[in-house]
Amino acid sequence: MASIWRYILAGLGLAALLVGIVAAVYLMLPQPAPAPDISRSKSTANGLFVASFEPERGVIRQGELQSWLLTLKTAAGAPVEGAAITVSGGMPQHDHGLPTSPQATDYLGDGRYRIDGIKFTMSGWWQLRFAISAAVGSDSVVFNIVL
Amino acid sequence: MRRLTSVACLLALAALALLGGCGEPQFNDAEKKTIASLALNTLPSLKPDTTNQYADAPAAAALGSTLFFDVGMSRDGTVSCSTCHKIDRQFQDDLPQAVGVGRTNRRTMPLAGVARNPWFFWDGRRDSLWAQALTPLENPLEQAGNRAAFAHYIEKRFGERYERIFGPLPDLSTVPANASPLGTDAEKAAWNAMSAAQQDDVNRVYANIGKAIAAFERSIEPQQTRFDRFAIDLATGAKPEGDAAFSPEEILGLKLFIGKANCVSCHNGPRFTDNAFHNTGVPPADGLPPDRGRVDAVAQVQADPFNCFGKFRDGDESACRELRFMVKDGPQIMRAYKTPSLRGAADRPPYMHAGQFATLDEVMAHYSKAPPSVEGGSEVHPLDLSERERAALVAFVKTLSD
Ligand code: HEC
Ligand code: HEC
Repeated sequence: MASIWRYILAGLGLAALLVGIVAAVYLMLPQPAPAPDISRSKSTANGLFVASFEPERGVIRQGELQSWLLTLKTAAGAPVEGAAITVSGGMPQHDHGLPTSPQATDYLGDGRYRIDGIKFTMSGWWQLRFAISAAVGSDSVVFNIVL
Repeated sequence: MRRLTSVACLLALAALALLGGCGEPQFNDAEKKTIASLALNTLPSLKPDTTNQYADAPAAAALGSTLFFDVGMSRDGTVSCSTCHKIDRQFQDDLPQAVGVGRTNRRTMPLAGVARNPWFFWDGRRDSLWAQALTPLENPLEQAGNRAAFAHYIEKRFGERYERIFGPLPDLSTVPANASPLGTDAEKAAWNAMSAAQQDDVNRVYANIGKAIAAFERSIEPQQTRFDRFAIDLATGAKPEGDAAFSPEEILGLKLFIGKANCVSCHNGPRFTDNAFHNTGVPPADGLPPDRGRVDAVAQVQADPFNCFGKFRDGDESACRELRFMVKDGPQIMRAYKTPSLRGAADRPPYMHAGQFATLDEVMAHYSKAPPSVEGGSEVHPLDLSERERAALVAFVKTLSD
């Protein structure tokens, strides 16, 4: 009888050990780098505009030239018209720039600007920076895109 | 007490088995996704080329094939495209620098899947397959011809075939035998003496020669390899059998390629290229004139009268977005070259834009050390690979050739 209790006790002890090992291994796994903010809509750096940035066809395809839409509203929600927009960016972790030079090519009304010539040639963390200048003033915004 | 120890041992073994990865898959989900994205079965079908209305016309491809192999398409009747792009050698010539009428400064590029490129040459100084074909024809070191002579030659040898595809040939009776805006002084003078209409006629025949050759080149596609069979089995969960099974060394090489060594950041997609330009710090080859890669190609492609914005393009300008949105300046294009496909690479040394490295071992030693570039900044950083890791990468690259 006593020996059965011994087995049970040993079993419990080993189970506890196992849990301990699993926990230790889990803790030792490399921690992922803090994820960049990938929201598609945000206030510009000085709060002058609210900018949204979406692929025009809805999906991102690696390696293809694509157009995106940048929508600009004032903080009060009015569409921003006649903005001059320049685009830059790159991959912060590879310290290289964009493989293409995207441009604002068309104004589509309602604060929407077509940004054409965007190409993501590799998976990873990309940044697109927009310098925006409109009647109310100039501001900038950075979008993170992770693919 | 004996029973207790044996039970404890059993439990400990079970714990080890759980942790030690007896049942653990070789690749995690992210790795599997990357491997699947490299397999040839993900290569989309070839898109139409709206800038070349003859791109998919069989008669144009047939004429283009004839011209590709015809040594008559050169100044002295000894060089054709196939002199350097050899059909039984993956359409390249195994030399560090190509030799035509003279010795060039770059290595002949293999042509599998070439119609999928947005840019042509190591530096991308041409923006369409048909505009590319016109360059070696007049390069004094390659075919060394001139466009007036080519127009006369086409009329004489292939007049009927040409007209069935492209319509009537222009009247060439008063066009000089030799003339080109790029040729010798005499050829340039002869070209400048021609009327604008005559120049236009000759340029149109010349562009059509390029379009026929391009139509032929569209049929040159990469072949399935051991890697592709392995990748398909991995994706479908089948156990790779026979030559689709990878050795532990090949597995390690693949893991490095898509992981720690991060080769896949540039050599990606089913052709193992991102179609972009990078400075990877490859040293210049001895004895050649300075070569600055992409940074000098920008002005050349912009100045090319046969580029996408030019009047010899078919279709509309919406096909010209690569040219329109190309990076025109900045430090990143100094000594930047196009990422080459790695399919078939193991079977065709030497490597790099001027054949700088004789073997894949030398290539891996380069990526391991990653020396700074002689000009501009290299994008690759030292990987400090062990001998075993370098050998594993070579073993993996070989699976793209078998
Ligand atoms: C003297 C050897 C030689 C001849 C002849 C030659 N080529 Fe090439 N080819 C090369 C070399 C070298 C390169 C790379 C040159 C560079 O980057 O400056 C090249 C590049 C190319 C490319 C670009 C491939 C890519 O991936 O960008 C194509 C396409 C091509 N050649 C087709 C042709 C055609 C078509 C002809 C005949 C009209 C031809 N070549 C004649 C040596 C030759
Ligand atoms: C930053 C982009 C980049 C990365 C990362 C990269 N390559 Fe390359 N690779 C290139 C470019 C660009 C060339 C051509 C360079 C030249 O000719 O100067 C090249 C050339 C090669 C070649 C020669 C192919 C030929 O036909 O000449 C091999 C093989 C190769 N790379 C393998 C690898 C391996 C293996 C790794 C990872 C250890 C790797 N590459 C990482 C961009 C890259």
